[in-house]
Amino acid sequence: MSMGFRFDLLLFTIALLSVPVLSDLILSKVDRRVDLTSQIVRITSTLKVENEGTDLVSEVLLAFPDNQAKKLAHLVATPNEGKGKTKSSAVSLPVEVVQPDGMPPALTFYSVSLPKGLGKGDTFTLDVLAVFTHALQPFPEKISQADIQLVVFYETAHYLSPYMVKVQSLSVKLPDARIESFTKIENAKIQGSEIKYGPYENLPPFSYSPIVVHFEGNQPFAVAQELERELEISHWGSVQVTEHYNLIHGGAQSKGEFSRLDYQARPYIRGASAVRRLVAKLPPRAHSVYYRDEIGNISTSNLWGDHKKTELVIEPRYPMFGGWRTAFTIGYGLPLQDFLFESGKKRYLNISFGSPMDEVVIDTLIVKVVLPEGSRDISVSAPFPVKQWQETKLSHLDVVGRPVIVLEKTNVVPEHNQYFQVYYKFNSLSMFIEPLMLISGYFLLFVACIIYTHADLSISKSSPSYLAKLQWDEVQAAVQQVQNIISRCLTIHDKLEASLRDLSRSGDVQACKAARKAFDGLLKDLSKDLKPLLAFLQSSPQAAPILPKVEDLVAKERDLQEKLMVKHSTVVDSYEKNSGRRETENRVASQQQKITALRQEVDDLFEIIDEI
Amino acid sequence: MEGSETSKGTTLRYAFGNVLSFFILVLIGVLAFSIRLFSVIKYESVIHEFDPYFNYRVTQFLTKNGIYDFWNWFDDRTWYPLGRVIGGTVYPGLTLTAGSIWWIVNSLNIPLSVETVCVFTAPIFSAFASWATYLLTKEVKGAGAGLTAAVLLAMVPSYISRSVAGSYDNEAVAIFALIFTFYLYIKTLNTGSLFYATLNAIAYFYMVCSWGGYTFIINLIPMHVLLCIVTGRFSSRLYIAYCPLVVLGTLLAALVPVVGFNAVMTSEHFASFLVFIIIHVVAVVHYIKGILSPKMFKVAVTFVISIGLVVGFAVLAVLVAMVASSPTKGWSGRSLSLLDPTYASKYIPIIASVSEHQPPTWPSYFMDINVLAFLVPAGIVACFSPLSDASSFAVLYIVTSVYFSGVMVRLMLVLAPAACIMSGIALSGAFDVFTRSIKFQLPGVAGNSQTDAGDSSSDSVVAQKDVVKTEKSEDAVKERPSKKNRKKEKEHVEKPSVKSQIKKRLLVLPLEASVIAILLLVLLGAFYVVHSVWAAAEAYSAPSIVLTSYSNDGLHVFDDFREAYAWLSHNTEVDDKVASWWDYGYQTTAMANRTVIVDNNTWNNTHIATVGTAMSSPEKAAWEIFDSLDVKYVLVVFGGLVGYPSDDINKFLWMVRIGGGVFPHIKEPDYLRDGQYRIDSEATPTMLNCLMYKLSYYRFVETDGKAFDRVRRTEIGKKYFKLTHFEEVFTTHHWMVRIYKLKPPKNRIRGKAKKSKSKASSTSSKKRSGSKNKNPWH
Repeated sequence: MSMGFRFDLLLFTIALLSVPVLSDLILSKVDRRVDLTSQIVRITSTLKVENEGTDLVSEVLLAFPDNQAKKLAHLVATPNEGKGKTKSSAVSLPVEVVQPDGMPPALTFYSVSLPKGLGKGDTFTLDVLAVFTHALQPFPEKISQADIQLVVFYETAHYLSPYMVKVQSLSVKLPDARIESFTKIENAKIQGSEIKYGPYENLPPFSYSPIVVHFEGNQPFAVAQELERELEISHWGSVQVTEHYNLIHGGAQSKGEFSRLDYQARPYIRGASAVRRLVAKLPPRAHSVYYRDEIGNISTSNLWGDHKKTELVIEPRYPMFGGWRTAFTIGYGLPLQDFLFESGKKRYLNISFGSPMDEVVIDTLIVKVVLPEGSRDISVSAPFPVKQWQETKLSHLDVVGRPVIVLEKTNVVPEHNQYFQVYYKFNSLSMFIEPLMLISGYFLLFVACIIYTHADLSISKSSPSYLAKLQWDEVQAAVQQVQNIISRCLTIHDKLEASLRDLSRSGDVQACKAARKAFDGLLKDLSKDLKPLLAFLQSSPQAAPILPKVEDLVAKERDLQEKLMVKHSTVVDSYEKNSGRRETENRVASQQQKITALRQEVDDLFEIIDEI
Repeated sequence: MEGSETSKGTTLRYAFGNVLSFFILVLIGVLAFSIRLFSVIKYESVIHEFDPYFNYRVTQFLTKNGIYDFWNWFDDRTWYPLGRVIGGTVYPGLTLTAGSIWWIVNSLNIPLSVETVCVFTAPIFSAFASWATYLLTKEVKGAGAGLTAAVLLAMVPSYISRSVAGSYDNEAVAIFALIFTFYLYIKTLNTGSLFYATLNAIAYFYMVCSWGGYTFIINLIPMHVLLCIVTGRFSSRLYIAYCPLVVLGTLLAALVPVVGFNAVMTSEHFASFLVFIIIHVVAVVHYIKGILSPKMFKVAVTFVISIGLVVGFAVLAVLVAMVASSPTKGWSGRSLSLLDPTYASKYIPIIASVSEHQPPTWPSYFMDINVLAFLVPAGIVACFSPLSDASSFAVLYIVTSVYFSGVMVRLMLVLAPAACIMSGIALSGAFDVFTRSIKFQLPGVAGNSQTDAGDSSSDSVVAQKDVVKTEKSEDAVKERPSKKNRKKEKEHVEKPSVKSQIKKRLLVLPLEASVIAILLLVLLGAFYVVHSVWAAAEAYSAPSIVLTSYSNDGLHVFDDFREAYAWLSHNTEVDDKVASWWDYGYQTTAMANRTVIVDNNTWNNTHIATVGTAMSSPEKAAWEIFDSLDVKYVLVVFGGLVGYPSDDINKFLWMVRIGGGVFPHIKEPDYLRDGQYRIDSEATPTMLNCLMYKLSYYRFVETDGKAFDRVRRTEIGKKYFKLTHFEEVFTTHHWMVRIYKLKPPKNRIRGKAKKSKSKASSTSSKKRSGSKNKNPWH
């Protein structure tokens, strides 16, 4: 790596000789602050631009060596309006890649458009924040568990610029730890955990003075080689976020041996650079949070939250040493009203782009926004350029599928955690399509059941078994009717008995007689009803097995009826004759016995017929 | 007018009864499904144990690659370097079932993962199984007994243990298939319908696809047929029930690759063919008897018998010769150990080493079928009054399954449905008698005779259902009839014919006795419910790859297995070979996706013995064995730090035995001190120097200074030692899984070994210091 880098330097020096002066701009003051406290390198430069020429100049060029430009994840320039104003109020200036003529190769140029052109002698101050990933290289590249992780960082002490720089300085902020070494050139000094270079004055364009800082960097180098975020909008009230991480420890490779004993005994010495935990700052009111991988739930996580944020602390299944990989998924639901808004006829989703985890570098980030089925006129507005295409996803009971907006971006850092918007049109009534589908599905199922139970599905209507079955049904119906009639007769018998009791209580002989007459009539009617049924049963061959029982039943019932009538008249007679109660009972007793026996036989027959 | 009303009333009542039993069945299904969800609620939706992981992996393959690739699948990630033909050696029923569920669900655009489908297959099929039990028992003893048996089966602990959510094993669907096949057999036997006979053959095919236990069916049904013939119950219905099953069933069974020609060649199936011949002979005899006069018939019988004896002996001789020519007499090892319970422990240590192949203990009967064990005899008695074809089958089923469950604890699972059916019959019969006697003794109940009789009998079924289901409804049971009675009492204060009604019932018990008996039965049912719920919640829902323990500071989760597998899958090369004892083979292939040497499909004894030998050899010999197998990592399970008892040290004697069975230089006595297995200072030097000991206890002493093993409850024998041929690459959080890497062989350096060693170390140190000094920018 360092060889290649030196080769690049050689190229510069060759190139520098033949470069014409670009314009009349000069940088009257350059302050650079390099922050190396995390794996993400952030370089903040304050440039004071001055126009010494006569032409109006409206853009400033920033130069980066190609190998640095490859690692550049984020570049933003903001006008510096003095110390009184806060940074956030400043609007960032448009930056774009340009390829000016006559420039040395192996350099990448970015042009910053100034808010207004600079006339002769005008000055303008701007802040440039450049964020690099993978800029810290572990050295040595392989360490054992007991070793600390050392990293090197390459920069130039002189600001690389196509313009002349009058005064410049550089400060490198390191984590509070050992500094192995740094390039000592003039005006270099160390202040606590900061290394200061400069001031250097009046340097020509494309000055380059490489420096190397070698220091202990035990901060975790968590790199998500691929992160796929899926944001699924449900108009029933939630945005479901699913994030699939493919994580690697991007620091110095572990040499292979891992002793749990050492790690447990002295975790911050034996395993100082291991990734132990990651903190995801989820939006407030996130719910249904889960953390799992392909073989199941991972139990080492912790969640708490207040009204401002929800914090999810997750630990990978094992502490990650250099070069170790893991893959996991976190998911959570968010309330819809916090992220979905309406503007005019359109709705738009306004949600942050990157991972909720700080200090995770993402090599490839794919954001998929799954819109509800039936969304139209979809458009995306993102704060930075992304690759974008559209897919379809079939999910719960979809018919045509849900439109999916896919956004892809490489080299993502927490600075990219900005809001982006997806605009679409959606008819609220389409929400009800799927429930209605379910309802009608079940309805049809039940209708089918009803039709099935009522329809006759036998193949041959003339087959003997089918006819026999029909006849048997008729016979059964007839037998049922016979039984009904008989049971009605029996209830009339009961009523006759009841009338006798009334007689003994009230002594109203006439009423009793009348009742008997009425009941007698009723019984006669019933026996008339019985006749056609019996005739039918006798004619039907199917009824052969059951017929004797039925006839027996009818005969028994008639017998019982007669006996009852006789008993009734006897009792009434004796009552009229005012014979003694005992005498009456004696006379009735024998009849009563027969009646009881008959009644029991009738009941038995009932059951036997039922069983047939 | 009145008459039509009452007829309407009866039809309405029947309809009401049907709807009621339909809803009861639905609720039973819900109960069966939801009682098995404890594992998901208490743990997570995850596949359990060992074999389910293999099934899960096969299902994943099936859903990804389709059915044709599945049949041709040669798995090179297991049994390295032999591989395994999965398509031809696996019972495909379970995977095909789950695969088709997944396919149907996904074609309806319901995005369920394969894992979710696999986890919930077993609970779904246990609901099916309880419905099948209802159908079977209904055919045997009527709907009331059917509902009771179904509810008992829905929560019988023995079945729950194999079908909780996540227990994705063959038995989960096989029990349903078993009961359903029996149901269709009985249904055919009762109706004599060819339609059901065909369905029966298909159900049998499904059973053959699902589980090796299908041999139970193909032996039990012929036994029953033979019993029917012997007891003079031969009928055309029996013929229709049996013959299509044998012909179609055998043809279909031969279609399953894992069975193939075994369906006609192994001794397990001979009984069915023998009975097939017998039933035909009997049928012919019946036919001839019908067309001949008695005298002629006698002549014919003597003629046929004399010829038949000769032919029979000839066939028998051939059969015996064929069977005797094969070493195992044509029986597979597992079947033989069923017939002779001591067979496995004598000849096949690998079968004996599996805990579920051991004979069960008495407490395990109580644990697994609980009060059913007491109800079964009553059920058997009930089956004899009156004895029908169907009830004789139920009796035969319970008797044989009791025997098999006594041989192998695993077959308790076959006993459970039989016990449920018997207990269902017993309980429902008892309730029938008691409620009837109460009803006929309470004054005024016997009013509109028929109506009430029907009503209360269906009532009693319902009531009893409720009782069994929840204890809560206890009071309801007590109240319901009495309320009704009170109402009726008001309606007809005096009734003349009560006496006659009582007389007519001979099977009437005293009122007090029956009330108390019902209460006792309810208590018994309540006890069963409590026990089942406890078993489902506490005893059988642990997924065994995640362990939990409660201590003073709350719940503690031991997720070490998955930690290790995740590490293997992410941080080793795709083609690395991992050696471990065979228990962890399925999990390693499924979760870590690494090639293993042996796994839980113990088809090659020699290979397992090789691994066993390596584990019981000293380090250098073990290294050579492993190196010859291309092994790069060795995985051992160690419970000594946290007290996890089923670790490799406790299984070690089986490794020695199985290894020694093939490689005689491994001798079990070398590892035992006075016949005792120990790892403390009294242990033999062979034990203290074997690989398993070293890998388990490497640097263990540094944890607490004493090296106290919490499983064996002793300090280990050899505390300080170094590994020469292996290096530790990963140990999980609780030390339950330790992974070692084989060190690469050292370069051959001329000269003495000692010298080369010192040289090597000095060069390495030099290299190291060199690399430190070397500045990157100079």
